[in-house]
Amino acid sequence: ISQQRGNVTMKFLREQVTSICPGMTSVLSPCDVTTATSHCVCVCVMSYCWCVTVLYWVCDPQMIARGKNASDLFPAVVKNVACKNIEVKKLVYVYLVRYAEEQQDLALLSISTFQRGLKDPNQLIRASALRVLSSIRVTIIVPIMMLAIKEAASDMSPYVRKTAAHAIPKLYSLDPEQKDCLIEVIEKLLADKTTLVAGSVVMAFEEVCPERIDLIHKNYRKLCNLLIDVEEWGQVVIINMLTRYARTQFLNPNMNEDKEEKEKKKTEATAIVKRKPYVMDPDHRLLLRNTKPLLQSRNAAVVMAVAQLYFHLAPKAEVGVIAKALVRLMRSHSEVQYVVLQNVATMSIKRRGMFEPYLKSFYIRSTDPTQIKVLKLEVLTNLANETNISTILREFQTYIKSNDKDFVAATIQAIGRCATNIGEVRDTCLNGLVQLLSNRDELVVAESVVVIKKLLQMQPEQHSDIIKHMAKLTDNIQVPMARASILWLIGEYCEHVPKIAPDVLRKMAKTFTNEEDIVKLQIINLAAKLYLTNSKQTKLLTQYVLNLAKYDQNYDIRDRARFIRQLIVPTDKSGALSKYAKKLFLALKPAPVLESPFKDRDHFQLGSLSHLLNAKAGGYQVLPDWPEAAPDPSVRNVEVKESVQTYPLHPPASDTASGSESGSGSEESGSGSESEESNEESESASEEDEEEEGKKKKKNVEKIKTIIPSGNLKTYELLHRITGEGLSVEYCFSRQPFSPDPHMVAVKIQFTNSATSEAKSLHVEDAKLQSGMRIKEFPEIEVLPAGETVSVVMGIDFCDSTQAANFQLCTHTRKFFVSIQPPVGELMMPIFMTENEFKKEQGQLMGMNEITEKLTLEEKCQGEHAVVQRVTTAANLSRVPCGSDKECRFAGKTVTSGSLVLVSVVTKEDGAAQLTVNCEKMVIGTMLVKDILQALTQ
Amino acid sequence: MIHSLFLVNSSGDIFLEKHWKSVVSRSVCDYFFEAQERASEPENVPPVIPTPHHYLISVLRHRIYFVAVIQSEVPPLFVIEFLHRVVDTFQDYFGVCTEAAIKDNVVVVYELLEEMLDNGFPLATESNILKELIKPPTILRTVVNTITGSTNVGEQLPTGQLSVVPWRRTGVKYTNNEAYFDVVEEIDAIIDKSGSTITAEIQGVIDACVKLTGMPDLTLSFMNPRLLDDVSFHPCVRFKRWEAERILSFIPPDGNFRLLSYHVSSQNLVAIPVYVKHNITFREGSSQGRFELTLGPKQTMGKGVEAVLVSSQLPRGVLNTNLNPTQGTYTFDPVTKLLSWDVGKINPQKLPSLKGSMSLQAGASKPDENPTINIQFKIQQSALSGLKVNRLDMYGEKYKPFKGIKYMTKAGKFQALLSN
Repeated sequence: ISQQRGNVTMKFLREQVTSICPGMTSVLSPCDVTTATSHCVCVCVMSYCWCVTVLYWVCDPQMIARGKNASDLFPAVVKNVACKNIEVKKLVYVYLVRYAEEQQDLALLSISTFQRGLKDPNQLIRASALRVLSSIRVTIIVPIMMLAIKEAASDMSPYVRKTAAHAIPKLYSLDPEQKDCLIEVIEKLLADKTTLVAGSVVMAFEEVCPERIDLIHKNYRKLCNLLIDVEEWGQVVIINMLTRYARTQFLNPNMNEDKEEKEKKKTEATAIVKRKPYVMDPDHRLLLRNTKPLLQSRNAAVVMAVAQLYFHLAPKAEVGVIAKALVRLMRSHSEVQYVVLQNVATMSIKRRGMFEPYLKSFYIRSTDPTQIKVLKLEVLTNLANETNISTILREFQTYIKSNDKDFVAATIQAIGRCATNIGEVRDTCLNGLVQLLSNRDELVVAESVVVIKKLLQMQPEQHSDIIKHMAKLTDNIQVPMARASILWLIGEYCEHVPKIAPDVLRKMAKTFTNEEDIVKLQIINLAAKLYLTNSKQTKLLTQYVLNLAKYDQNYDIRDRARFIRQLIVPTDKSGALSKYAKKLFLALKPAPVLESPFKDRDHFQLGSLSHLLNAKAGGYQVLPDWPEAAPDPSVRNVEVKESVQTYPLHPPASDTASGSESGSGSEESGSGSESEESNEESESASEEDEEEEGKKKKKNVEKIKTIIPSGNLKTYELLHRITGEGLSVEYCFSRQPFSPDPHMVAVKIQFTNSATSEAKSLHVEDAKLQSGMRIKEFPEIEVLPAGETVSVVMGIDFCDSTQAANFQLCTHTRKFFVSIQPPVGELMMPIFMTENEFKKEQGQLMGMNEITEKLTLEEKCQGEHAVVQRVTTAANLSRVPCGSDKECRFAGKTVTSGSLVLVSVVTKEDGAAQLTVNCEKMVIGTMLVKDILQALTQ
Repeated sequence: MIHSLFLVNSSGDIFLEKHWKSVVSRSVCDYFFEAQERASEPENVPPVIPTPHHYLISVLRHRIYFVAVIQSEVPPLFVIEFLHRVVDTFQDYFGVCTEAAIKDNVVVVYELLEEMLDNGFPLATESNILKELIKPPTILRTVVNTITGSTNVGEQLPTGQLSVVPWRRTGVKYTNNEAYFDVVEEIDAIIDKSGSTITAEIQGVIDACVKLTGMPDLTLSFMNPRLLDDVSFHPCVRFKRWEAERILSFIPPDGNFRLLSYHVSSQNLVAIPVYVKHNITFREGSSQGRFELTLGPKQTMGKGVEAVLVSSQLPRGVLNTNLNPTQGTYTFDPVTKLLSWDVGKINPQKLPSLKGSMSLQAGASKPDENPTINIQFKIQQSALSGLKVNRLDMYGEKYKPFKGIKYMTKAGKFQALLSN
């Protein structure tokens, strides 16, 4: 800006300012701010301090005094809110949000502009108006905000809905009374199916009503499925929330192991009762499976969130996967390292094995900041065990020679901890530490002595040997601190070294006058203790030491000598205290505890601020303990939506294309509802662009390929565009339970009106059905405007046969004869069973009910993954867990009669395989064999 | 979530503040300054500082502290990652992220911060969306803006925010369609006194510069994808295809971006490209010490080792050094005791060495610290792990792009421990 100062004439600038923001000149001209550029004006309004700085650059120095507070300019600035120039407009917003609280009445001037903006046909303008309106912290407008949020929450554009979600916590912090109304909005937005909204609304949920976990039930599966496509910041919030949710709804997957530990103490009888087999809730599995790919995220916060989710929720055997990702984060910025290491330190206490393979990644470099070094040391100490201790100790030895003395001290502490934890190396460590006593650095010595002292206090049975050794060292060690500490040790444990202690005192008495003060004090101390335990040998020595001390130059020492003499030497005048002298001096001192500061920190949710600080931060939600018995899992079942949904033109080819594109069949195996979810997600992706859809159509196609994780729903044509005179109808089997009647197959029908005029009253008429078949029609669609798409769901009971259902599809002008013929694979629905149940059921369906075929797998179809994908695409079955990787098992039941359908594929070498289908309905079984054979061989 | 942001320079002045909720007084930073004073080195300031009413989370980049103020529970990494993203954005916009650059572009900085967070929750952090909203300043544009009175703020509305491919703009056009990929590997290693490896691992990244018209869909495959032990992707990469086929399939962002970072673990055998021979002795009682250091190439796959720079923190007892390099220049700072030797290129026929004596404080005893030397180097046209790109294909567009792949190896944290 300063460069521009000389180049531009004042007059020109004044014109500029007038043209850009008319409100400003009235303020500026009296102040003679003639050289203000548009930038300057904008910056002026931004904040007080910048106003001053920029004015300083642009104007004369005496101007600074005038700019006391930029809020004086409020009315003039706010007038510009209606300005056409986007930059000025934005800066006025910034200003408004900053100063509205101070100038409440004047802020109201701008409200009408925003209210107008909320009605704008452009979604981006609607969103930005809501964003600013909700940021104005003026209580008077709370009702207006509430209304705007409610309206925006049902806006067509997902971006506006996202902004509405962002506005919720703003309003809540302004007026907590609105909580109930806001929860309603949150509930509504939680049901939203777009990835854009998901992250923001969960954030709002966490800020406003984190305790209302019941709101999540219905949206749980959807959130899990959307997760991978949500923007990264939203992912973090969602994962953290789902961790808490899972802790309240599922059972502890490590229950049996944890109990086994406890069982040892308990009686056999209770043990048998508790040994209930644990079966993981499929929803629990869904969460674990869908979060795992996010470990590969570039965002450290996402990786950490997934890591903590696995740590808190996953079965012991699966937690290991997170170690690699966490170790990767250690390469990142040092702040990231710091946080990650804190969490690794906590994890490594509970699950040491997980990080052992990465031991070397925690080795310390001399260039690491001290706080990182100390944390790495903590992790290394936690990881130490019998097998790796020798390498770790060797590594520690190099650390001791570091320049960084704080770090050396921490290393010595770490050695002490290793020594206490691992008995085998205790002597080695002690020897090493004793050697360190001769180090020239005081800090090193002091720390070593402290650690040795702690070690000795812990293992009283070995005292005498080491203390004897230490006593010998008094001849060599010159560092006063170390000498003092040794003397304290000998005094404290003089009963363990009765022969040596008096001798040490004798030597010390000899050198008393030449010792440092702290050593002298400890000599007096030692003398006193020996006098109390062994007065016969040491009486004279003590007298001698005390006499020397009496005439010492240091008054502390003189004082101490006088005090001790009074206390221990019985005289006529000595008071009651001398009786207790022994108790006073030789009280049992508690052994210091050498344990990790990270022990038991995992009661805080890992990755949280509270965990890092080891103290509860404001707003922290406690991670609940696992429930004893699982709450009802059916609360998460989602009913099929029957209401009319609007979808814009949706390229039908993409669905089938994505089916073959994404190699993710195993994702499908969990529950039938997933596929429906992901399908809708892809549609919502295209929904987002009402304005430029033609231009972006291609992009959508591209995108759908990317984001559908598992879109293997086949779409069939019911009515071609040409025969239907512009109305094209497609259907697919959504594989979701049809809620009004569980014996019906849900068929999702999608109408696209590509004619120029609208189609009215779409409905079903005159169904010609085989006996026993039933149809539940979809509610009539009153109007379908040109270019629009609508999806509805209808239910058909096919009576477990592949006979077609014929009916008429009517518009207000015409009737079309159509028929829906289901592939046999769609006549069933998945059921969950364990391996044992599967085997038992299979055993009962032998003979006529079993069909076996040998086949050769097609090249691309070899491998478990591909087989699972193809089978689940061909038939609506769920996978049954199986111990062998050569065999894939699937189970389901027919929709109408509920007969079991069991499929197993055993693969052999060279692509040979055997397919077995067990079903009491032989016709279904035969047809299913044919379909699956075709799927696997072509 | 994030309440306010303060930018603090190395002399401890707050030179920018921004509030996303109600205003927090800058006196809250006093707690930060206290911690800063306590820390011996700038990087030792704890990243998370609790104060009575707030929590301060800071990152240090380019000698500027970015201090975020938060009031309630939020994952610390969330804030740290976001702050780094802010710095990256500044760097992207202004080329450098210095106090001067930020002060010069204060308007753009405010506009960026306003867009990146809404009520403390990240809104638009993708560089592509931001660039659509706020154009990066260039000299030309500054001049044009001054003359015409137009602004940096994009006139069109940010449609990128609505897109399902938020990292890519629509309607991109180039006359030359190019896609360049740089495979850059950094080797981290600790070598002990005897020259054997204590730990070594390779961290690699693939940085891309893609300037392609339209909406191209690229696939990149490797000759030896099994080498990659652990990977993290740009969000554009389709994870499923990687899992199933070990192929990177993606719609690239426009311009520069990091496609992939990977890790080749220490479990695999890592070739160490240089070796160090050294002999550093201090004699007890003498005020002289001998210093000898020789470098040589080890396993470099026939490529030359360039830009070699050796630095070492000598013990505090060393007063000065008198050394002779056979090539390059060396400096020794008697205050910080930092020895650095700019070697340049290693000639395998005539190995570079640095020999001479060190003078010690008279009467001081033999230093007992263990100096380490840090080595930096570069090897062009080779990725140390042996990773090779097999092919790059483009779908979705008709034209033929120009493709280029470059390999490079650098030393990361490459340390050799010296005896004494």
